[in-house]
Formats: sequence, C-alpha cells, structure tokens
Amino acid sequence: MIPELGQLALILALLLALAQGILPLIGAWRGNRALMAVARPAAAGQAVFVAMAFGILVWAFLHFDFSVQYVADNSNLELPWYYRIAAVWGAHEGSLLLWILILNVWTVALAAFSQKLPEVFASRVMAVMGLVAVGFLLFTLLTSDPFGRLLPMPANGADLNPVLQDPGMTFHPPVLYMGYVGFSVAFAFSIAGLLGGEMEQAWVRWARPWTNMAWGFLTLGIVAGSWWAYAELGWGGWWFWDPVENASFMPWLVGLALIHAQAVTEKRGSLRAWTILLSIFAFSLSLLGTFLVRSGVLTSVHAFASDPRRGVFILAFLTVVVGGSLLLYALRAPRVAGGKPFKVLSRETALLIGNLMFAVAAAMVLLGTLFPLIADALNLGKISVGPPYFGLLFPLLMLPVVLLMPFGPFLRWNKGDPAVLKQVLLRAGIAAVACAIVAAFFVKGQLKPIAGVATLVWLGVGVLLYAVKRWREVPAGRRYPAEMAGMLLAHLGMGVFVAGVLLTDSLSVTRDVRMAPGQTQHIGGYDFRFDGVQRTTGPNWRADQGVITVTRDGESVTVMKPQKRTYPRGQVQTESAVDAGFTRDLYVALGEPMDANNIEGAWSMRLYYKPFIRWIWGGGLLMMLGGFTAAADKRFRIKRAAASSPAEELVLQENNA
Amino acid sequence: MNRLLPFFGFMLLVALFGFGIWWNTQHDPRDVPSPLINKPAPAFNLPRLDDPMQTVSKASLLGKPYLLNVFASWCVACAEEHPTLMADGSKLGILLLGYNYKDDPNDAKNWLREHGNPYGEVITDRSGRTAIDFGVYGAPESFLIDAKGVIRYKHIGPLTPEVIARKLLPAIAALKKEAP
Repeated sequence: MIPELGQLALILALLLALAQGILPLIGAWRGNRALMAVARPAAAGQAVFVAMAFGILVWAFLHFDFSVQYVADNSNLELPWYYRIAAVWGAHEGSLLLWILILNVWTVALAAFSQKLPEVFASRVMAVMGLVAVGFLLFTLLTSDPFGRLLPMPANGADLNPVLQDPGMTFHPPVLYMGYVGFSVAFAFSIAGLLGGEMEQAWVRWARPWTNMAWGFLTLGIVAGSWWAYAELGWGGWWFWDPVENASFMPWLVGLALIHAQAVTEKRGSLRAWTILLSIFAFSLSLLGTFLVRSGVLTSVHAFASDPRRGVFILAFLTVVVGGSLLLYALRAPRVAGGKPFKVLSRETALLIGNLMFAVAAAMVLLGTLFPLIADALNLGKISVGPPYFGLLFPLLMLPVVLLMPFGPFLRWNKGDPAVLKQVLLRAGIAAVACAIVAAFFVKGQLKPIAGVATLVWLGVGVLLYAVKRWREVPAGRRYPAEMAGMLLAHLGMGVFVAGVLLTDSLSVTRDVRMAPGQTQHIGGYDFRFDGVQRTTGPNWRADQGVITVTRDGESVTVMKPQKRTYPRGQVQTESAVDAGFTRDLYVALGEPMDANNIEGAWSMRLYYKPFIRWIWGGGLLMMLGGFTAAADKRFRIKRAAASSPAEELVLQENNA
Repeated sequence: MNRLLPFFGFMLLVALFGFGIWWNTQHDPRDVPSPLINKPAPAFNLPRLDDPMQTVSKASLLGKPYLLNVFASWCVACAEEHPTLMADGSKLGILLLGYNYKDDPNDAKNWLREHGNPYGEVITDRSGRTAIDFGVYGAPESFLIDAKGVIRYKHIGPLTPEVIARKLLPAIAALKKEAP
C-alpha cells in the first residue's frame, strides 16, 4: 500500500510542476498577478510530494520491502542500514528520484531567496524550473518507476553493486547532482531574461551566486568521485577519461567559463549573448550527461542498465529543452553588442581568452567522448578514444590559461597598465624559475615535476602578490571582499591541483610483485614487508585480508590491510589499503594467491608509492571553497529590484580598480 | 543567421544520438567483434580431464567441426549456462568440447558429477594460456571451429536456448553445407 502512495505523490508532484511551469508564464505574459502568484506555492507543494516519494522509497529500503522491484534488485537482508539508504540512489530509478529531489531543493531555495526580484522576472524563472521538473517527473513515471511491484515477493533481495558499498559512493552522487542541477538556476535566469527581453546587467548579478554555488558543488562531486575511483577500484588512478567522468567534466568546464563570463557581463555589460549561451550550454551538458549515462548509447564502466525507451525519452526531452532554448536564443538574444568598449590589454581580453580556452576544451572533451559513436555512424569500426587523445590536447589548451592567470587580477577593466604587468611577470617569473631549478636537482631533470613546481610557484606567487597589494593599498575591513577572496582561493587551488597532477604523474612508482610471507619490497624509500593473509568478515562480506608492515629506515610507519572481499552473491571486490599523507600516499592492492588452495602462501599484489596525490583533491577542494566563498559576497544579495544604490556603485568601482 | 548556429550544431548532435539509439537496438554493445573470426584457431595441445596422460590437440580434431566451450567450476555464469548445454548439447550434431579454464581438475570433476556432463570431451588448462591465445574475456565463452580449424563464430557469456536456436544452429548448418 505504502509504495503506491509514493507513486501517487509523484503524480501529484507532476501536476503541481505543470501548474508551476505554465500558469506563471501566462501570468507574466498577461500581467495577471494572481497567476504569477501560483509559482511559489506550487513549487513548495511539489517539493513536499517529491520529498514524500523519496522518503517512502527510503522507508521501503529500511524495512526490506522486497515486494518493490527496485528494493529487491538493489538490497538484501545482510546489507547494513547505511548502505540501504545509499542504495536508494544505487541504480537508475532511485538516482533519478534523487535528481528530482535535488531539483526541488534548488527550486525551493530559489523561491525563498527571490522574494525581492521583480515579480514578472521571478515568476518566469520559477516557471522554467517547473518545466524542467515536469520533464524529469514524466521521465520517472513513464519509463523508470521506482515503486514497481515484484510479485510474488522474494524472501531476500539481490545485492547493491559491491563497488558502490563505500562511504565515498554514498556521498558522491548527491553532491554531484547538486552541481548538475544547480546549473538549472542560471539556465532559468537566462531563459527568463530571453523571454522578457530584459537584458539588464542586474539579472546577471542575481544569477552569479547560484552559478558559483552549483559549480562549487560540482567540483566537490567530481573530487569525491575521483577519490572514490582511486580508493575503491584498485587501479591507483584518479581520472580515466571515461565517458561518465567526461559527462561531469564538460559542465564543469563550461560552468567555469560561465562564472568568468558572468563577471564581465555584470560589471561591464559586455559578452551578454555569450553569457546567455554559456548558461544554456552548462545546463544542456548536465542533461546530456544524464542522457549519455542512462541511454546506453556509450559503453562505460559506470553505465546504468540501458533501455532504448529511456534513451528515446531523454533524447526527446533534450531536444525540447536545449533545442527550444537555442531557438529562443536565436530569436531574442541581444542584437547589439552592448557594454563598455575595452582595449586589447585589459581584464576583459584576458577573461575572454580564458573563456575561449574552457569552451574549446569542453568541445574537445565532447568530441572525444562521442567519437566512438561517430565512428559507428561512419562505419569506421570500434574505436575507443582514451588518455592519449585527452592527455595531449587538454594540457595544451590549459597552458595559455595557466600562463595568463597571475595577471588577471592585476589587469584593470578596459585598459591594463603594462608597467604593473611587467612587475608581476618579473617577480612571479623569477620565483618560478628559481624554484624550478632547485626542483630539477631533486627530480634529476625530469620535465613534468619541474613544470609542476614551476606552475605552483607561478600561480601561488601571483595570488600572493595580489593579496599583498590589497593589504598595502586598501584600508582594513575592505581588503578582501568575499568575491575576491573566493577568486584568490580558487586560483591558488588551480596551482595546487596542477602541481599535484604533474608530480604524481611522473614520480609515482608502481610495482606488480609476487610476495611470500616475510618478504620485503623496497619502494620510494619505504620497505613493505608482507606478513601473510588471514580470513576476516564484515557485516555482509568475507574477506582475505593481507597484512603489510611498512617501515622507513627501520622505523615503523604503518600497518596496511588490503582486502579481497567476497559478497553474498559471489561478487569479488578488492578493497585497497591506502596510507594517506601530505607529501605521499602508500597504496596496496591485493591480487590473487599463487596457489588457490593455500591463502597463507604467496600472493600477487600491487604496491604503489604516489607522491603528492592528495594535492590533486586538495586543489579541487580549494577551488570549491573559492566558489562558495565568492557566492557569499554581500554584493550579490538582492537589495531592491533593479536600481543599485550609491553605496553599491562605490564597491563596484573599487572592485574595478 | 549566426545566432542559429548553436541550434543547428545541437541538431547535428541530436541526429547522432538518434542514430546511437537505433544502432544499439540493432547491436549488442557488449559484442566486441573478435579479430579471430574467420582466422585459424590458435594451436593447443592439452591434457584430458578424465585421463591427463592423453592429450587433445588442434591437429587431432581437424576434419570435423566442433564447439569449444570455456567453463570452470568457480564460474557462476557457467552454472547458469549448464542446464542449457545439458538439454541442447546433443542437438548441435557436432562435438561439444569442454575447455576447463583455470580450474582445479578435482573441482572440475566434482562439478561435472554434480551438474552432469554435456561434453563429448573435456580438456584442462590450469594456466589458462590457451584462453589467452583465444582472446577469452571470461567464462563462459564458446567458439565454433570448422573442419579446417578456422574459428567461424564466437559467443561471449552464457549460451541460451534462444542464442543456440537463432545463431549457433544456423552457423553449424552453414558449415555442414560447405563440407559434404
């Protein structure tokens, strides 16, 4: 009975989403305030019913209601309660419900914080959010019902994919979706702007914190996913250019471009059409990611079970949303290049170059991801595009970005001062070259780690110089507005990230070894002693657990316990042991016993020494923090509709300086 | 006109995706074409399960087509496939050669005793080296090899009555037509 209530709740949510999507639009068009006023209550009601449906699915998992097909497919009696909750989004239907729930979280937040927006504009924004929700609710109800019954009810369920039974995985999808779905807000603002024909700078300012938040969440989601892949898959890698990873990376790149384009549009009025186009692209790529993951068009490690009906539905949805938006853009985008003119040497130019690079990089990733499909279409045979393509092109595209980054903050809007730039070039350049030379001695002239150190110093000194300049020239209390602090944090994060990538990539040591108990391997200055394998058990698995004692110069460092788990359905999952550190990770993955009947004998295993790999995620976290900090800037809080007060003008000019 | 460019670009993508969905309904995405189809099968010479002193080699099987079926006692999907082989194995009309993959011979014997033995002959390969030569992804997998020792058809994953009826039997019938 209760699962049917869940379905009913979804149907009611759909009806409310329809009301939220259609009535306010008519109201805004006709100037009917009563119809416009429908938007907020409808959104709130929809959120209540979606939350109810989600809660019912959680309840079904917690109470082992195997009469629900989805529950029976993704959990069993042995699964611990925390993974039963995570199992809600462990497969297609439930993760779609999570997506809708998060869309409602954003919509409710938008309803709450948009009270001071002009009424017509706000109701259009809410309506666009409602229409997006209609699409996803229809998708769930028509093709992916999470509440479908399974009769007769089995005594026990199947199992949640063991790969997903990991803390990183419980947390990764919700955060990632916060990012994906968050771009719907910037999208809704743009569409509302296009519909109303109001291309004021004001609405870009209102949209900015939302974009920053969404991008921050997306960053965190990608970092969590990368960390999970590293810890759980046992390959020791942190990024694989897998189609699903690319699906999250493309909106990230476009979101990054969007953040910077919005800054230009808001402050100078330039690049308006480009900003609108980017916000359409960012959300479209989020939808496209969903399509790629769930339609089965591309084969991937992450792919959900494919069903052609779902593929057709999402494709139709994608066509309506993206095609419709782009048509609207073609019809209504601002005709005249607005905004203040700028010289070649200016902040606008620097941001434009960065924007172009991010957009081209996103296009490059899209092409690489879709290439196997294109090859099928042109009958070129099975082709897979992997790290050689991405690994060559991506750094090439990012090189100009990294080179320009330290200058960005020092460049003035409209016209930069060459003397200041020369100073920055000298200081950061000398520091980077000096540190690179020192590093060269340590790494014996290998190019990649030297480049990593140089990049870190180049970007870090750039950030530092600007922070010092502000400290000297601006009175206390106004030195680092949140927007600027966020920018500095994120730029520093980029330096840390690049250094982490280049150092890990070149200095890592991997060794596949056969070890008998008592044997020792020497890797990266550490001694790994294998102390044999024992049997152990967990809540719903049995495991062979190896014990490896790590010492350095005779001093004990840590004891590592990699496992090879067997789950009730016979799935085998390696659980690598990782000893994390600021300057290096030690990583052991258990392979196979040399003699299957004697687990106490010799085993094959894989040992890694990974210097500075934490910096990759550390850099990502700094970028996320930067996004969130900038979003918190007081300047973005809506004071009154449209007109900015004199005080704001002052702040604006100061930031321009 | 320029402003319509993003729209047309996107429509190209839609066309590509539409094609992708259609393509997937026609093809199994897991179906990686084996480079060995229509190529001579790799040579092997492996001990028999029931009598390790005797061996079966590719050369000794020339002259008649046979189906090489990769199985192992540790393989869950093989147990799923097994009833199909028990029921339909004799209908194939050719030798069903079991290739026991990376398995303990005693485990394999017990497993066959418990589940029944559909195979005309079983060879064992504990090291799994022959499987590497054949490009085996995992058990179960089946290779149809013709009288000249050429691989003519390959199936990844468990054989089902449907696969046997729609793919394997026609392939065998085609072989029989070729050779009198």
